[in-house]
Amino acid sequence: MYKQIGVTGKPNHLLRDQMIRLLIYLMVLCVSGVFLWILLDLIHGGGALLSWDFLTDVPRDAGRAGGIGSILISTLLVLLIALLVALPVGWATAMLLAEFIPAMSLLGRWVRYSLQVLAGVPSIVFGLFGYAFFSIYLGMGFSILSGGLTLACMLLPILVSTAEAGLRAVPESYRLSAAALGMSRTATLFHLLLPVAAPAWAAGLLLGIGRAAAETAALMFTSGYVDRMPESLLDSGRVLALHIFDLSMNVPGGDAPAYASALVLIILLLVINLIAMQLIHFWQRRKLNTE
Amino acid sequence: MKPKSDMTDYLNDREVLNPAQPTCDKSNAYTLGPLQTGPYCCIPEPVIQVKDLSLFYGAKRALDKVTLAIYRGCITALIGPSGCGKTSFLSAINRLTDLIPDCRVEGAVQFEGNDIYDATCNVQQLRKQIGMVFQKPTPFPLSIQRNIALPLREHGITQRADIQVITEQVLRDVGLWDEVCDRLDAPALSLSGGQQQRLCIARALALDPQILLMDEPCSALDPIASSVVEDLINRLNGRYTIVIVTHNLAQARRIANYAAFFWVKERERIGHLVEFGHCRDIFETPTHPLTAAYVSGTRG
Ligand SMILES: Nc1ncnc2c1ncn2[C@@H]1O[C@H](COP(=O)(O)OP(=O)(O)O)[C@@H](O)[C@H]1O
Ligand SMILES: [Mg+2]
Repeated sequence: MYKQIGVTGKPNHLLRDQMIRLLIYLMVLCVSGVFLWILLDLIHGGGALLSWDFLTDVPRDAGRAGGIGSILISTLLVLLIALLVALPVGWATAMLLAEFIPAMSLLGRWVRYSLQVLAGVPSIVFGLFGYAFFSIYLGMGFSILSGGLTLACMLLPILVSTAEAGLRAVPESYRLSAAALGMSRTATLFHLLLPVAAPAWAAGLLLGIGRAAAETAALMFTSGYVDRMPESLLDSGRVLALHIFDLSMNVPGGDAPAYASALVLIILLLVINLIAMQLIHFWQRRKLNTE
Repeated sequence: MKPKSDMTDYLNDREVLNPAQPTCDKSNAYTLGPLQTGPYCCIPEPVIQVKDLSLFYGAKRALDKVTLAIYRGCITALIGPSGCGKTSFLSAINRLTDLIPDCRVEGAVQFEGNDIYDATCNVQQLRKQIGMVFQKPTPFPLSIQRNIALPLREHGITQRADIQVITEQVLRDVGLWDEVCDRLDAPALSLSGGQQQRLCIARALALDPQILLMDEPCSALDPIASSVVEDLINRLNGRYTIVIVTHNLAQARRIANYAAFFWVKERERIGHLVEFGHCRDIFETPTHPLTAAYVSGTRG
């Protein structure tokens, strides 16, 4: 005779399962709640000021009046320079580390170690380094160029580590079967590994952009405070994050424009993220040729 | 090699292997039906000559002094227990060992008389000539079509029309065309395991190789998919030189002309070749007691 086993009664750990589920939902609520709160606060404090004029005018009266046109231009230029320099260098380094040298080689370990150190350096130290090296030693002075290059140094560790991890996550079997089909390393990399790793690379890129757009300390001593419209890359130009910092710390009565500028910064980041994601997905779909 | 084989004997056997009248109808391919061995090849002409091949992973020796020949147009089965170095042996033949860190090869492998470990060897060309199919199906995460087109482009076939012709031809060769012709743009990973493996075989065939290395091509498949792949291998017999690793001794007996039996000593864990010869001889009159024990199922 088989023992009769009923299917009624309480399953094991029912309470624990439910508690953990509840806890996870609570955490999610906290995270999105914080973001929502910040956003609502910003809209409440600066939403009224937002207008086309605010986006295009130059700041007047230390930012209390006027807009942030010049600030936006400086911000975009600094970001552009930082990415133009950091992306090729960082992504090439990642490819080298993940694809062209053995993981445990001396060079690989050395590069990875120095990047780890770099990742732990506070941004103010990058600022001082950028000031000493780009502004003084290379004679760029307080300039958008100097600020962009300093930011590029700061972004390198993020870009390299995310991109390298992305490539390493691609199954080895793809490399082996591609090689077994007589494909070269570079062809395998560009037609197969990069498209597969693209989401990880995109995540690193977006993280980097966010980091760069929020940076103040590293830019204080390099791209500087000047809030005029920059006429060349060698002009000083104040970036948004620094403008917000200055308005809220040094300018009495600058609260409303500070709120509005912060709102613009967040919207700018959202827009950049959306565009970057779309581009990467489009590229990935085209490379993988699947719907 | 015993001079048992002669031309008529071979041709008679080939007749049986004709796809129009498959040797093993599917009913006994995956039941314990009567076994047959593949025919002797008529002219044993080595296309690959392996001499004293030893293979190391770091300091560990995985293969010790293997010497054997792969004959043109024949199916050679590699049999032996897990860990005896069959996969390592295959990857030494198309230099896939280059991709494994700390892997080192000693001895010589000659392909059409040229040493493949020579500095002048064009590895890409070598791997185009010697295709490989892995144990686990490894389609790229691309569309079915692009899985075949990508390596073709790499080897200079870039005309869309040419690629289409080749794609259809190889997909027909592996019996996949009717199943996928209306969804060539679908992701290859959406295919079933057996279909994926046949796609991988098609992808290798598209490069028009001379030799096909197959590392347990059926072991990840269910019996029916596996018999489909086996029929396919039978149909490829004669058109390609095939080296196939298999744990399925019945399968080795059914399809192979030659067999090589590898063994690994318990203590040293060094793989080596015990016996190589005509498949029928290995299974019916093995000279080494280990071979006899393994093929009769009492060891391994
Ligand atoms: N990439 C590798 N690194 C280190 N050792 C390996 C590697 N691949 C295989 N080996 C070792 O080499 C031996 C032979 O392995 P393998 O060629 O895969 O045998 P088989 O295919 O006959 O099962 C095994 O002992 C295995 O552990
Ligand atoms: Mg194996």
